[in-house]
Amino acid sequence: MSGSESLQPLPGAGDTPQRGLAGLELIPRRHYGRWVAAVAVLVPLGGLIWAWANAQLDWSVVADYFTASTIIVGFLHTLLLTAVAMVLGMLLGVIFAVMRLSSNPVTSSVAWLYVWAFRGVPTLVQLLLWFNLAIVFPTLGVPGVFHVQTIAVITPFMAATLGLGVNEGAYLTELVRGGIISVDEGQHEAATALGLSQAQSLRDVILPQAMRVIVPGLGNETIGMLKMSSLASVIAYSELLNEAQKVYFVNARVIELLLVAAGWYLIATSALSIGQYYIERRLGRGLQRVRPRSAVERLIIHVLERISARRRGSGTA
Amino acid sequence: MSAMVDAVAVEKHFGAANVLSDVNLTVQEGEVVCVVGPSGGGKSTFLRCINRLEKPTGGVVWVDGEVMGYKRDGDRLKEMRERDVRRQRRKIGMVFQRFNLYPHMTALENVAHSPVKVNREPRPEAERRARELLERVGLADKIGAYPNQMSGGQQQRVAIARALAMRPRLMLFDEPTSGLDPELVGEVLDAMKQLAEEGMTMIVVTHEMGFAREAADRVVFMADGRIRETGTPAEILDRPRDPRTQAFLKRVLG
Repeated sequence: MSGSESLQPLPGAGDTPQRGLAGLELIPRRHYGRWVAAVAVLVPLGGLIWAWANAQLDWSVVADYFTASTIIVGFLHTLLLTAVAMVLGMLLGVIFAVMRLSSNPVTSSVAWLYVWAFRGVPTLVQLLLWFNLAIVFPTLGVPGVFHVQTIAVITPFMAATLGLGVNEGAYLTELVRGGIISVDEGQHEAATALGLSQAQSLRDVILPQAMRVIVPGLGNETIGMLKMSSLASVIAYSELLNEAQKVYFVNARVIELLLVAAGWYLIATSALSIGQYYIERRLGRGLQRVRPRSAVERLIIHVLERISARRRGSGTA
Repeated sequence: MSAMVDAVAVEKHFGAANVLSDVNLTVQEGEVVCVVGPSGGGKSTFLRCINRLEKPTGGVVWVDGEVMGYKRDGDRLKEMRERDVRRQRRKIGMVFQRFNLYPHMTALENVAHSPVKVNREPRPEAERRARELLERVGLADKIGAYPNQMSGGQQQRVAIARALAMRPRLMLFDEPTSGLDPELVGEVLDAMKQLAEEGMTMIVVTHEMGFAREAADRVVFMADGRIRETGTPAEILDRPRDPRTQAFLKRVLG
């Protein structure tokens, strides 16, 4: 219907066929709503900044402790814990995802059980369980071969790594499984017909293609892990939040030190977001569907693209 | 001349549905056999039973003197381990309707991958041969191209080169031109004809009656999971006896 209508000349179009060309100015639509929205947002935001600037807290304390050595060490511990727990989680994720997809009913049930148990229990509860393992198993080992004192092995770092990593593995199992399923069935058939083993097919053919689906999710999981690592403060692992707490237990500058911690978390998560953007762009070459992005993300991406464009420009000049 | 393929009473059912019933076919070494027939008639399933991408629920398939998937143990046949089936599959090349090239590898990597990983050939040697094979199918200039940078016809020719890189004794083609734009069909069929002339044993599931007439030694008509009729291209395409074949050819050839 609309097709046939659009073939008809518009009323009056025949009279002045060159409308819009003969020196007439084209005026884009004005977006007045955006100005209204900007004012409506900026005024309360300004008030909020003013309130914090004049609040009962000492910004010089924030500045002093921001680069204090205990805080920096805590931050590095946070990064270490995040990295180790993610590596453990990824290993478990790949292993259990493959088990879950196996045709062997025993292995796929075991994988299902793992995901069910570790996704179903809160992470904090899991951390406390690992940390208190010594209460139920005073020694660990194989009877008659070797044994060790549990308390010597399950340090706060070990408990945090196990708690966060094993928990993460359950989520990554689902992520990796989704990635593997997303690869076209014909790929596996071609690999099989060409004589590849299951393991070779998985490593060389399936997983590289599954990565396109897995990596964006993995970026989000890593950012989540960085924040979740603060739970380890509860079991006295000396990560960022724990170090900040130790300081404010002494000097009572609670909000100042929490702001220091918050600042470092924001720096780290921002850096990870930028890294994620570049990795996704690299993996996506020509193939990727685009995830809708927020205005702030678009702004950050715009800036990043300007920076890399300028760098390329100066490189060729 | 000896039999390259001997399918004996092959059956396949998925649940209650019979996809193949009592399929018997012997293909001699160097022979080119085209399998034609209506969609859903079991052609592709039969092809996939030959290299055991699909396990037949009954019957056996002999390829090059071995029973596929089974080991002789006295008067019994015992099902093989997966790795032994893989060894058998190496001498059977397969080309798919949807090419199934590895999208993250270049044409050269696609072709050289299996010789290096499965046959443990040294990489330089495998890549030299991959170049030769790609030249043979007319793709010397596409060696470094990724699948999504090539046309369907080019991709399918890479897929043929990839199968040939394993030095197969038998080539299976599963509707190799059905996924192609009409103007690209010829280049793939030419590559297949060349292969046939070189003496490769080939089983081709196809809707290209012209190819069957020109290149096939024998044509097999399949419908409803059974072989209805077998004969020379002239016998089947010009003087079909089975009413199902007659009806099918009337629809296809007009």
